[in-house]
Amino acid sequence: MANLSPLDLSTAERDLSLSSQLGPSGLLLRRCIQCGTCTASCPSSAAMDLTPRQMWRLVSLGLADEVLHSKTMWLCTMCYQCQVRCPRGIPLTELIARLKHLALVRGMAQSRRSAAFYRTFAQVMRRYGRVRELEFMVRYYLAADPASAISYSGLGLAMLRRGKIKLEPPSLGGPGRLDALFAKVAELEAKP
Amino acid sequence: MRYLYYPGCSSDGSSKEYKVSTLAVLASLGAEVAELEGWTCCGASVASVNSELLGLVLPARNLALAESAGGGADMLVGCSACYTNFRRTDAAVSSDEHLLATINEALAEEGLVYHGQMRTRHLLDVLANDFSQQEIAARVRRSLHGLKVAPYYGCQTVRPYSPFDSSERPTSMVGILEALGATVHHHLREASCCGTSLLFTKPDLGLQLVGAILEEAGEADCIATVCPLCQMNLDSYQDRVAVTLERRIPVLFLPQLIGLAFGLPEGDLLLERHIVSAGPVLARLADVETHHQE
Repeated sequence: MANLSPLDLSTAERDLSLSSQLGPSGLLLRRCIQCGTCTASCPSSAAMDLTPRQMWRLVSLGLADEVLHSKTMWLCTMCYQCQVRCPRGIPLTELIARLKHLALVRGMAQSRRSAAFYRTFAQVMRRYGRVRELEFMVRYYLAADPASAISYSGLGLAMLRRGKIKLEPPSLGGPGRLDALFAKVAELEAKP
Repeated sequence: MRYLYYPGCSSDGSSKEYKVSTLAVLASLGAEVAELEGWTCCGASVASVNSELLGLVLPARNLALAESAGGGADMLVGCSACYTNFRRTDAAVSSDEHLLATINEALAEEGLVYHGQMRTRHLLDVLANDFSQQEIAARVRRSLHGLKVAPYYGCQTVRPYSPFDSSERPTSMVGILEALGATVHHHLREASCCGTSLLFTKPDLGLQLVGAILEEAGEADCIATVCPLCQMNLDSYQDRVAVTLERRIPVLFLPQLIGLAFGLPEGDLLLERHIVSAGPVLARLADVETHHQE
């Protein structure tokens, strides 16, 4: 992890509403005592630029740019270890999903592959109502990193040979199965 | 025992063997299992990132279907990510009527309504707690005696919404494996994370997480899992992980091992579908049997 350079909070650009933009449980970050249990519990923390403890502090301080430009949230596997161990009862893993959302809608996601993952998975889910794994893998690798797809072609063939890749799409009423539900959710979320 | 079964998206493709062996084992235990009609994706780890509400509506759609199917049966789920989404949704609506009303406004689009009355159970919970060790042992036709099995629970099977086991040191598989005659090989990463979608998005880190688990489980004859994504990650990348493994280790679904011990036909187990061959497991059992006969 990187050493943080000292920040001058009197001049740094701060968005003090950052915690509350994470929803009602974002305000629970006020309880954080910076004990570092989250960092110690995180299987990915060694690969992060900001450790979870550092990141939550920056969220509380409203340092949106530093947080949303960091890689930290994209290395979260949703294993919930930090959340179940947090001695202050903050639902940290679920707050990570809200941070990813903010980074994606603001176009600040620092991982092209992760952005492609969330976009293509949702497209396939919406289209068939279920995830058609083959179409998801093709769409994802085309969007994220076509070159790396080639390095996985051996595994793809091995899966194909064992019948692990189903070729036909799910038969749940054809493409656009969840269009109406997705659209309704978007409409409800747009309501003030 | 009656259950409404939610198979999850991978059950038709990459982890068909999990569904087939689950249904076969439950049938031989005398359970009545019906697949939930019209089920759709639970949203995986994706929907709630794209939209908080969507991440609740997609699970709620299936909970509403299950609730209206009625009969008081629990909804049985094999995938730990699906399980977490259903239980997370129930936890959210149980304390927030306004949220439930908003979810129902969306579900009206599908002609559905959810009252928050469905109970979701993980397959591991059902196998460990709805059937006694004696009931399981009584059906064993071919003991797994001599087979060393490393339990692997993964993360979302045991946290944060599962009431049936410890999130730090789960034990639900122990009684089942012992009833089958197997030796339980305990290790330090039974409830560690398999890396989930990092194998797609951050493969270097994902491979480290997978490698650490395989290394820990290393001495066992096989690993037992209860989640399709855990199984795929542990099974598919064994020749890519950063650590040097002495040998490749078969990664079986728990119901496949149960089915093997129950003497179910190969068509109910689909053991040939794994990337790492389950052959050494069968060979080990055959060895032990020969020794017994001698």
